[in-house]
Amino acid sequence: MAKRIDVSGLSAYYGSHKAIDDISMTVEPRSVTAFIGPSGCGKSTFLRTLNRMHEVTPGGRVEGKVMLDDENLYGSSVDPVTVRRTVGMVFQRPNPFPTMSIFDNVAAGLRLNGSYKKNELAGVVERSLRGANLWDEVKDRLNKPGSGLSGGQQQRLCIARAIAVEPDVLLMDEPCSALDPISTLAIEDLISELKERFTIVIVTHNMQQAARVSDRTAFFNLAAVGQPGKLIEIDETDRIFSNPSVQATEDYISGRFG
Amino acid sequence: MASTTPADTPPAPPVPGPGSRSTGRLGDKVFLGLSKGSGILLLVIMASIAVFLSYRSVIALSDNEGNFLTTFEWNTAGDPPVFGIAVLLFGTVVSSIVAMVIAVPIAVGIALFISHYAPRRVAAPLAYVVDLLAAVPSIIYGIWGALVLVPYLEGLNSWLDEFFGWTYVFEKTEIGIPRSLFTVGILLAIMILPIVTSVSREVFLQVPRMNEEAALALGATRWEVIRLSVLPFGRSGIISASMLGLGRALGETMAVATVLSPNFLVSLHLLNPGGGTFAQNIAAKFGEANEFGRDALIASGLVLFVLTLLVNGAARLIIARRKEYSGANA
Ligand SMILES: Nc1ncnc2c1ncn2[C@@H]1O[C@H](COP(=O)(O)OP(=O)(O)O)[C@@H](O)[C@H]1O
Ligand SMILES: [Mg+2]
Repeated sequence: MAKRIDVSGLSAYYGSHKAIDDISMTVEPRSVTAFIGPSGCGKSTFLRTLNRMHEVTPGGRVEGKVMLDDENLYGSSVDPVTVRRTVGMVFQRPNPFPTMSIFDNVAAGLRLNGSYKKNELAGVVERSLRGANLWDEVKDRLNKPGSGLSGGQQQRLCIARAIAVEPDVLLMDEPCSALDPISTLAIEDLISELKERFTIVIVTHNMQQAARVSDRTAFFNLAAVGQPGKLIEIDETDRIFSNPSVQATEDYISGRFG
Repeated sequence: MASTTPADTPPAPPVPGPGSRSTGRLGDKVFLGLSKGSGILLLVIMASIAVFLSYRSVIALSDNEGNFLTTFEWNTAGDPPVFGIAVLLFGTVVSSIVAMVIAVPIAVGIALFISHYAPRRVAAPLAYVVDLLAAVPSIIYGIWGALVLVPYLEGLNSWLDEFFGWTYVFEKTEIGIPRSLFTVGILLAIMILPIVTSVSREVFLQVPRMNEEAALALGATRWEVIRLSVLPFGRSGIISASMLGLGRALGETMAVATVLSPNFLVSLHLLNPGGGTFAQNIAAKFGEANEFGRDALIASGLVLFVLTLLVNGAARLIIARRKEYSGANA
């Protein structure tokens, strides 16, 4: 079930290096929010704080609050493993489990949870693969390894794997940057379908992509290399691309820097 | 070849054609000659060793009155000579199996602890100590085994006999110091533990970050990350590591010779003293054997060699068969 994300006063560190500073924003359920900004401004870092993946990096540390509906993900009694089961993630480079078959890749999350009935598994796998617009391409080779698919298919397999466990939120970190234009379009179409069911946050380098798929866009920037990244503004995507309220956003979007 | 390597000697012509490749390329020529020569030399040496060993083996085998594969006896000085490798093959294989069964799981466990559980300030020294253990000479293990391990194992053996005697394998029917194949297996396990651990640890550390994050992002616990990402990626590495260990266990000589009290019987009562291995038998008998006796021992050595080759070939097959799943193209 899609949930609202409410971030307040969030900073993240790598050891003593502060990568993002004091970020607050709200992400509405069943919407697509795009993160844009120059390289190194902390988009990935921020995204990874939303499912507590940041802290698996050695030295990774977070201050602040992330509310998922009314639960603080960084509450003292919250287990990060549980958080990651409800906030799914798709990475920049497709990373299916290379030794597993296509079927087992999609089933992996369910099997971890242990909360499925044996006779439902095949149904969930099919539904997830259909949900990722991959079913027709792989239905005849479900027991072949996932690493044998093309890059775009692998990425959709990863999306199927992520949505199979019915997460509340789906995070995507530049999911198309390693893909060809046709696969990119396939994934963009998919994102528009998935937002009916999930809260989606997507980092993208591609401004047209942000304009095409997202409802709201957040622009991040950093004052100088080595300085922490900051959220400059977040607004309706139409507004950000037509009439942003901050000059730096307009400069970035019109290609004057970055 | 000649036109693609950049010319580093001054008088080289700008575009050396195929005919002019030798001018100004003395270094190339010398190196080519050297590497070709040493390659050929290596093959010649290997071939002559093989020819020599086979020749001597054939001499011994043609006079053997017993069946070389099934005879439970090693009497090369008799008239007629009767000898066979049944006991040695059994002892070698059984002690190595015991060693692998004990060592591989423990080694993988230690390797995982070092690579994925221990904090860095513990992991580094621990890895170093394990590497250091691999450098201990086998005679030291042998002495330690005879002086410390063997007496210590008497207690373990009685315990095994009491609770697992019904399995036959762990039934102890002879009293006496446990200079048995089982003890040898344990000692071999300790000896191969470091090398299996080191190689496995190296492989586990090479698991791509994105493979582990795939599991983490699904909500995998640390153990589940290991199960989903680390072990599948490391599988062929674990097999290679085990084969390295197995190679050492199969051929180990001094430690076995120091600990075992050999005889020429085959018994599945692994706790009883007795048995023998190829390498131990050669070490024990080579010195005092006459020429024919040595030829017979050489023949047994050839069998050990073939056994090692077979084991390695099998390992390669297993690894190759998993290649489709190896993730090389992920
Ligand atoms: N694993 C890491 N260790 C240390 N610093 C890191 C690490 N990953 C990212 N950083 C630093 O954090 C900052 C933000 O990086 P990142 O979130 O990857 O930016 P983006 O995704 O916007 O390009 C950069 O200054 C980067 O150097
Ligand atoms: Mg990034």
